[in-house]
Amino acid sequence: MLTAPEPRTYVTTSPDETREFGKRIAPRLGPGNVVFLYGDLGSGKTTLVQGICAGLQVGVWPNSPTFTLINQYEGRVPVFHCDFYRLGDPGELATLGLEEVFFGNGIALVEWPELAEEWAPLDTIRVKITRRSAKKREIVLHGLNL
Amino acid sequence: MIVLGIESSCDETAAAVFDTESGLRSNVIASQAEHIPFGGVVPEMASRAHTERIVPVVRQALTDAGVTLDEIRALAVTAGPGLIGSLLVGVSFAKGVAFIRRLPLVPVHHMEAHVFASRIEHPDLAPPFLALVVSGGHTQLIWVPKWGTYRVLGTTRDDAVGEAFDKVAKILGIGYPGGPLIDRLARDGNADWVKFPKAFIKGDPFAFSFSGLKTAVLMAVEKTPENELELRKADLAASFQKAAVGALVQTTLRAARKMRARRVVLGGGVASNSALRREMEAACARIGIEVTRPSPIFCTDNAAMTACAGAFWFERGRRAGYNFNPNPRLPLDAFGNE
Repeated sequence: MLTAPEPRTYVTTSPDETREFGKRIAPRLGPGNVVFLYGDLGSGKTTLVQGICAGLQVGVWPNSPTFTLINQYEGRVPVFHCDFYRLGDPGELATLGLEEVFFGNGIALVEWPELAEEWAPLDTIRVKITRRSAKKREIVLHGLNL
Repeated sequence: MIVLGIESSCDETAAAVFDTESGLRSNVIASQAEHIPFGGVVPEMASRAHTERIVPVVRQALTDAGVTLDEIRALAVTAGPGLIGSLLVGVSFAKGVAFIRRLPLVPVHHMEAHVFASRIEHPDLAPPFLALVVSGGHTQLIWVPKWGTYRVLGTTRDDAVGEAFDKVAKILGIGYPGGPLIDRLARDGNADWVKFPKAFIKGDPFAFSFSGLKTAVLMAVEKTPENELELRKADLAASFQKAAVGALVQTTLRAARKMRARRVVLGGGVASNSALRREMEAACARIGIEVTRPSPIFCTDNAAMTACAGAFWFERGRRAGYNFNPNPRLPLDAFGNE
């Protein structure tokens, strides 16, 4: 029987290191993968996404999708960079076309995913980032072995 | 020649009547107060609210201007960028009216409209100039050698500056929208209470970054003893605002020197920030650069700027067919130039 890998904890000590860590995640991702990124304001979710996108050969620099909700990039596969910070309740997700984002042939990287739990595919990868000091971040990976 | 402008790209449902001879005739904005409980725009509610408001808002704009649809010669509508559900309401409505009344449809880029906002009160404004458009969703330095030609010199690497104001307001627990609240609070604060870093990006001299600043404010709040926090909020707000405005001003000046700009044009909601206006004007005055900025009512999303840009481009032949659709990622140069 297949079991999900045990959660593993990693530590980075600068935004650049967090991006490098994202580049290590990228090769493990493929079409259909959904990554939920949990963490408070300023924890480094967008920074990690920048690293993952670089690893996925996305040619543009991802910035915060807080305003736009979903940014789409072309990498070695389509990448959907989502941010549900502004949403008030799960019902509002219905208008965003998440079927294509979560169950299409791209990779979804989701910041502030709490309201989208009902949409999460069974094999959703969960990344929890915690600020330990000014530069230090603890990153816990659930559902993915590096 | 009278143009009706419609704007619904994000929060505001707006309509305005602009006359190429006498200028702005009316300007109606319905802002979506139900966003306040959530600390941000709610997209599904936004499109529903646009649907409910667009007819009364347009009707009000016509009444305020003292005209009927019979006198309107063209419809200008925001074609993007923005939230697709919100954009669709304005575009579909405009198409419907245009079709029934046999009126030409003029698509307008939302960011271009923010640049045109200054032209409502300064009809002689003409390129070349450097534009800084700053709002909740955008932070862009744009070189404008002529109308319709827009060279984006710099943009944000992470958070938009208005987004940083909103998130810092949330961190300080002072509410939404963050821009005006921080501006007001900062007036009573010591801007040198905390020296926040200004982020500059190596190899990208005109880029902005506000994410590190937001995190620095968060850490400063955590370091402040709980019983002092209420007293220090104004100092923290003022210190944050000084760093954010400083980054905008310094980067704008660097670009202005490089492009040998004689004029800087401000636009977008953050352009109504009093510290940004003051600092930008002082810094530009020192090196002989003029600053043009719209009144606050034309900084926030509005349809007066859409109508003003639409009237300009209507006279130069810009048209869209009934089959045109809004584009949430519309490129700035989508509609050609003068």
